[in-house]
Amino acid sequence: MSLLRVENLSRRFGGVRAVDGVGFTVEAGRLTALIGPNGAGKTTCFNLLNGQLRPDAGRICLGERDVTRLGPRRKWALGIARTFQITATFSSMTVRENVQVGLMARHRRLSALLPAARQLYRAEADALLERVGMADQAERTAGLLAYGDLKRLELAIALANDPRLLLMDEPTAGMAPRERIDLMALTAEIVRERGLGVLFTEHDMDVVFRHADRVLVMNRGRLIADGTPVEVRADPTVRDVYLGAGETD
Amino acid sequence: MDFVVVQALTGLASASSLFLISAGLTLIFGVTRVVNFAHGSLYMLGAYAAYSFTGWTMPVLGGVVGFWAGIGLAVLAVGLLGALLEILLLRRIYRSPELFQLLATFGVVLVVADATLAIWGPEDRLGPRAPGLEGAVRIGRYGLPEWDIALIAIGPAVLIGLWLALRRTRWGVLVRAATADREMTGALGVDQAKLFTSVFCLGAMLAGLGGALQLPREPANLGMDLGIIAEVFVVTVVGGMGNVLGAFLAAVLIGQLHAFGILLFPNVTIVLVFLFMAAVLIVRPWGLLGRPERLVTHPALDLPEPIRPLGAAGRAAVIAAALGLAAAPAVLDAYALAVLTEVLIFALFASSLHLLTGVGGMISFGHAAYFGLGAYGAALAVKLLQAPMALAIPTGLVLALAGAALFGLFCIRLAGVYLAMLTLAFAQICFAVAFQWYDVTGGDNGLLGIWPPAWASGPASLYWLVLALTGAGIAAIRHVVHAPFGFGLRAARDSVLRAEASGVDVRFLRWLAFTFAGTAAGLAGALHAFFKGSVFPDTLGISVSVDGLVMMLLGGIESLSGPLVGAALYKTLQIFMISWTDYWRAVLGLIIIALVVLFPHGVVGSIRRLPNILGRTA
Repeated sequence: MSLLRVENLSRRFGGVRAVDGVGFTVEAGRLTALIGPNGAGKTTCFNLLNGQLRPDAGRICLGERDVTRLGPRRKWALGIARTFQITATFSSMTVRENVQVGLMARHRRLSALLPAARQLYRAEADALLERVGMADQAERTAGLLAYGDLKRLELAIALANDPRLLLMDEPTAGMAPRERIDLMALTAEIVRERGLGVLFTEHDMDVVFRHADRVLVMNRGRLIADGTPVEVRADPTVRDVYLGAGETD
Repeated sequence: MDFVVVQALTGLASASSLFLISAGLTLIFGVTRVVNFAHGSLYMLGAYAAYSFTGWTMPVLGGVVGFWAGIGLAVLAVGLLGALLEILLLRRIYRSPELFQLLATFGVVLVVADATLAIWGPEDRLGPRAPGLEGAVRIGRYGLPEWDIALIAIGPAVLIGLWLALRRTRWGVLVRAATADREMTGALGVDQAKLFTSVFCLGAMLAGLGGALQLPREPANLGMDLGIIAEVFVVTVVGGMGNVLGAFLAAVLIGQLHAFGILLFPNVTIVLVFLFMAAVLIVRPWGLLGRPERLVTHPALDLPEPIRPLGAAGRAAVIAAALGLAAAPAVLDAYALAVLTEVLIFALFASSLHLLTGVGGMISFGHAAYFGLGAYGAALAVKLLQAPMALAIPTGLVLALAGAALFGLFCIRLAGVYLAMLTLAFAQICFAVAFQWYDVTGGDNGLLGIWPPAWASGPASLYWLVLALTGAGIAAIRHVVHAPFGFGLRAARDSVLRAEASGVDVRFLRWLAFTFAGTAAGLAGALHAFFKGSVFPDTLGISVSVDGLVMMLLGGIESLSGPLVGAALYKTLQIFMISWTDYWRAVLGLIIIALVVLFPHGVVGSIRRLPNILGRTA
């Protein structure tokens, strides 16, 4: 059984079919890339998957459970975590506090008025920061971090929920090439360790073909290819609409 | 039947003035994203200017020509002032957080109010009636002033004029483009500075016109600015911010609501208007014709500094301060002790607002509602139930808690300026009830004789009681900020998107914060009732809400000690200024503007930043 199964997913904005009858699966323990030119519908697809948008039609199943109509918080509770294209962290809080918020949310302690939050789940938070290589920055203010470190912090916050499925929208956008490879290598390690499934969008073909186990290609709201990196690279349609344009960059 | 027609026409005439002012406010908001609190002041200035200009032009140019020339000059003068205001102040705060923009324009309200008082004096100024339109038209047994009919015609005429300007001119295209997407017009190379100044000037002219045309209906008076602004906010919010046609529709609806509401509930038409707005915002959060704002606008507040727990030195300082305060009656006389008592009460009030606005990122322009509910709850327990103080204070607390829990349910659905206006609307509802429900609240006369029992009636014993209770309240607020609840609240303030994707129940935490902050403000209010021995509707008014915001801003919004320092500074400053000048409101207004433009981090924030600033210049 696939971790995530998407069938006939559709969403339009006015007359534009942003996502049009898309279907695919994501397997546990694998990195699946979702690529396509700008405006192909990748981000809309993500927003549908994590519940920020409601689809007009189609089904989203997590394991055996139909989660099509659930909002972001319900989906999060079932184990769907997400990182954003424009990095979003809690900028006025320290790095450790950022992760503690994720942990407190998971343990449903966030409405507690009495305990001192700084002491809660401190060891777990530090272990997660250690895992993403941020342990030495635990006391820094998140808003002051370098971009690559913010991405690592976002990953740690997402992992705080012990997710089954991790959605990463352009995880390496804006990073230096060396940092990109480090972050994706780290993500791949964590995915294998924990057996979680990752769906990520990416513009950098190096990152995609080096790290993805499977590649989905979208164009104008439709899925035009689905296969291993080797298969997708050889697909003439993909070469035509996407890679052809990509190589001239 | 005749009566219904006359009521409807009167309603339309009021709708016209309301529309003129609201159209200006909504145009300005559409392009600059600034809610101009001072728009009511421009309306008031329009009326006063028309009074003076017609006084000069009518004797020279004769009745009809002189009257309209005077109106025209008044409109031009207010427009010019609006342009100046944009160039001198607004331009500096377009990138500031929304709360600062609202406060800065409120500073202008205070300055204009005192300037008007200085120029025209405290008496109402009765203007001329419009020559040729002095009579009344008979409709059955009733008369309708001809001037009202003129107003009914002027409203739609201005709407059509604006519509043509927006659709048929290059300027109009730019305004619409800027309203739809500000960044885009900037990127297209439009001269934004000129566009913004022209829009602000036009908006001011419309407000001035509204005021000038009001002159034949009512004398120019000093209550016009804040009297109209709440209703203008309602019209723009109900119509959809930035939408001129929406403002017209909303003005007509609210004009009719007034005209006929008066038949059903003669005393509570203001309540009806605000209930109508609350209902519209619940069904359509962006107003009748408004469009949803894009998700990422600039934040309500801009807070780079994390809140950290006190270190050893900080704890020692708190203990020293507490001991010092407890020992104060030994050194201070009764007057100084009374001042300190009031400072403590407002320190709690400012802290509770800080929990909501500083920590939670929710802008409230109506926090006085809960202060006032606490005060009235305590006073009514004394008056109606003859309850002792030990029972009356908890009664006030419960009333404030209930009010905050109820209003909070609606407020957590909104953010930014929409939230600010809804909180203001709820506070105005409470104000209207206290003001108009004469049998219970005593209306304008207030409730008197709310004295503490003998054991707490001396200045020192009352001071100690207030110190203990406000200290407990402030300690409780500090505690929850460092609890998981406070972490979740700050997380939601920093990034709603991230918080929701991380499983934070943003709405519930915000509701909890609203309720908690309201209850704490209620404690401050209940203590204030016993401190003053009386309660008046003013305790629920806009100025108390703004006082709280200024205290918070003055001390610095980033730290928990900011509001405490701010309350102490503000109250002392106020007492000093009242004895020093009659125009202390203008001084306060200038202080607010200076704070927003020059010291947005407040006293505590600026002291904390001192090493950085010195380091940079060295």
